Amino acid sequence: MSEPISIPEPSKSFPSISVTGDQGLLQWISTVDHKMIGIMYLLMALLFMLIGGAEALLMRIQLTEPLNHFIGPEMYDQFFTMHGTTMIFLVAMPAVFGFAVYFTPLMIGANEMAFPRLNAFSLWITLLGGMLLYFSFLAGGAPDAGWFNYAPLNEKNYSINPGIDYYCIGLLLTGIGSVTTSINIIVTVLHYRVKGMSLNKLPLFVWMVFVNSFLLIAAFPALNAALSMLLLDRQFGAHFFNTASGGSALLWQHLFWIFGHPEVYIVILPPFGILSEVFPVFSRKPIFGYSFVAASSVAIALLAFGVWAHHMFAVGLGNTADAFFSASSMLIGIPTGVKVFNWIATMYGGKIKFTVAMMFAIAFLIEFTIGGLSGIAFAIVPIDWQLTDTYFVVAHIHYVFIGGTIFGILAGLFYWFPKMTGKFLDEKMGKWFFWLFVIGFNATFLVQHILGLIGMPRRVYTYPDIPWYGALNMISTVGAFIMGGSVLFLGYIIVKSLKSGKKAGNDPWDGFTLEWATTSPPNLKNFDEVPVVHGRRPLWDLKNPDKADK
Amino acid sequence: MNKTMMKLVAGTEGMFFVCLIMAFIYMAFNTGYEPHELQALDIKKTGIFTIILIISSFTFWMADRNYKNGKIKNLKIWLMITILLGAIFLVGQGKEYWRLINDHVTLGGSVFGTSFYTLTGFHGFHVFVGLIILSIILLLTFLGDFDKPDSNVITAVGYYWHFVDAVWIVVFTVVYVLPHFTNI
Repeated sequence: MSEPISIPEPSKSFPSISVTGDQGLLQWISTVDHKMIGIMYLLMALLFMLIGGAEALLMRIQLTEPLNHFIGPEMYDQFFTMHGTTMIFLVAMPAVFGFAVYFTPLMIGANEMAFPRLNAFSLWITLLGGMLLYFSFLAGGAPDAGWFNYAPLNEKNYSINPGIDYYCIGLLLTGIGSVTTSINIIVTVLHYRVKGMSLNKLPLFVWMVFVNSFLLIAAFPALNAALSMLLLDRQFGAHFFNTASGGSALLWQHLFWIFGHPEVYIVILPPFGILSEVFPVFSRKPIFGYSFVAASSVAIALLAFGVWAHHMFAVGLGNTADAFFSASSMLIGIPTGVKVFNWIATMYGGKIKFTVAMMFAIAFLIEFTIGGLSGIAFAIVPIDWQLTDTYFVVAHIHYVFIGGTIFGILAGLFYWFPKMTGKFLDEKMGKWFFWLFVIGFNATFLVQHILGLIGMPRRVYTYPDIPWYGALNMISTVGAFIMGGSVLFLGYIIVKSLKSGKKAGNDPWDGFTLEWATTSPPNLKNFDEVPVVHGRRPLWDLKNPDKADK
Repeated sequence: MNKTMMKLVAGTEGMFFVCLIMAFIYMAFNTGYEPHELQALDIKKTGIFTIILIISSFTFWMADRNYKNGKIKNLKIWLMITILLGAIFLVGQGKEYWRLINDHVTLGGSVFGTSFYTLTGFHGFHVFVGLIILSIILLLTFLGDFDKPDSNVITAVGYYWHFVDAVWIVVFTVVYVLPHFTNI
């Protein structure tokens, strides 16, 4: 149907690199190849997920029964702070970036990212930030003021140990890594697309990552500014957040949430993109309403900056501010709802294949909607006043972070594993993992809605023997252990599949997009040539010239 | 590609300064703010150094123009002038700091000191980084990397330099000029 065009390797990006066979660890450490960097991001996410998960399990053991003294309050505070910080900055973000830097070039028919060395820099500085954060355990105590680290609790006079300083420096470094990766992705998408792939033919995953990168470079400076100020406060006696000496604790909340609310969209938009690839391929249909899915991402990104104070209703900002942020927060439900309906409509009438990836995608629709609904509940000011800082919040954030982000990432893992390794991630064991994970997850967090409603506060290391508290916490702990076990099982599945998994061809799912046009795993040079792109499903067009998209 | 990247860098750095400027304004309306410290600022001297920084943007533009026309010798001269002007600006800022510290306006001394030194200090740091970049460019020019006008690196660096300049105009307006027109 058209002449394939050859893709030049950006030779300038590889100064004096010659790959001769397997160079072992050195090859990984010195690489600037976007695929190896992507895999290392994913491994980093997995490593920190095990650590963050262990912290969660220790907390759940502590909460199993009333008046328990398994770990004391000091340790408990450090664990919940590190659990939250780890899961967001060192698990969700690296996982998202792993897929983004691996598949963005492949899906747009490019051979590399725009700045390969910058790409490697981003990875290593992110990892350094994570390691510094964890070094705090050895340096006198981890941060213990919660992942959003409210002032003035984060100040020297309330938190003497150096944990918060490590929090500042660690997150500044990972923040720099995130910003540079995002800039890299935007430039790659703008300049490296294959001929014919205009922006309105971009695969939806790339669309979401692209929009997300803009969101990220706009939101992270607020965190970096706040962290710099806090560091100045703690190390040089400045007065930004110290109310005792004329500072403002509220300023920290504003700055943190101007970053923090976009951040939750930053970790959900790329998983939205993954689903927008998984649903069409396993429903054997093109996506329903491509433009709406793409445009609603832009709407989410813009609205994200107008909702931050809904985290601060309990502060007492006044009725006008509360009403504004309440309305804007409900508004953001609309573009998200648009996406959910588009995915359902994509499945409608399709020949659905229940692979593990597709099962996670479908489960996502249910779990994420539960999280979305409890989110809408929080947008209503009186409900927020009643439920703020209870386990209802904990339930809500885990339904959006796990039911949303992690389910999306797992769908992506099962979908793309054959491309990254050349082998299937075992489907049969994968289904076992799916059910264990879903049951464990819901057992852990569904009951926490009730715990919140009957008044159990979060972030307190133990609780009195009030009716139902003990029983519901027991269910939650059992669920957490099922979930923890299932994650270990996933580790086993990955190792087993790498060793003796079923070989996957180049295009095991009969895919639609360009990453399936090359070998599995792709060579150092992704493509020798790719076809000219005419539609939104370039590979489908190539395989079915008679049924090609318009 | 380089130009797109630098525009994005300027965008994200711009957001960083928006946060610092908003914090400065926020602190000014906070209880515990001591307005008399604003009087300690020397608007005239700093105004002169501001003009010098603006001129350095112009000289860089001249450097870039000469490079595109292949006049490498002029490129070197204009680059050196730009670096000199940037350095003079930093010296000016240093003198202002020195005087203020002798007047007991310090980072830890008051809320005003905290937000003033943080905002202007981060800007000064960006000027300093800009000078390092410009020095590297100058060095590479002498080494012959820019003998042919086929690179967009100099234009891209220019985006950064003009951006730092533009930020200073806003900071100067907010910190030095506006307080004269308000009741704080």
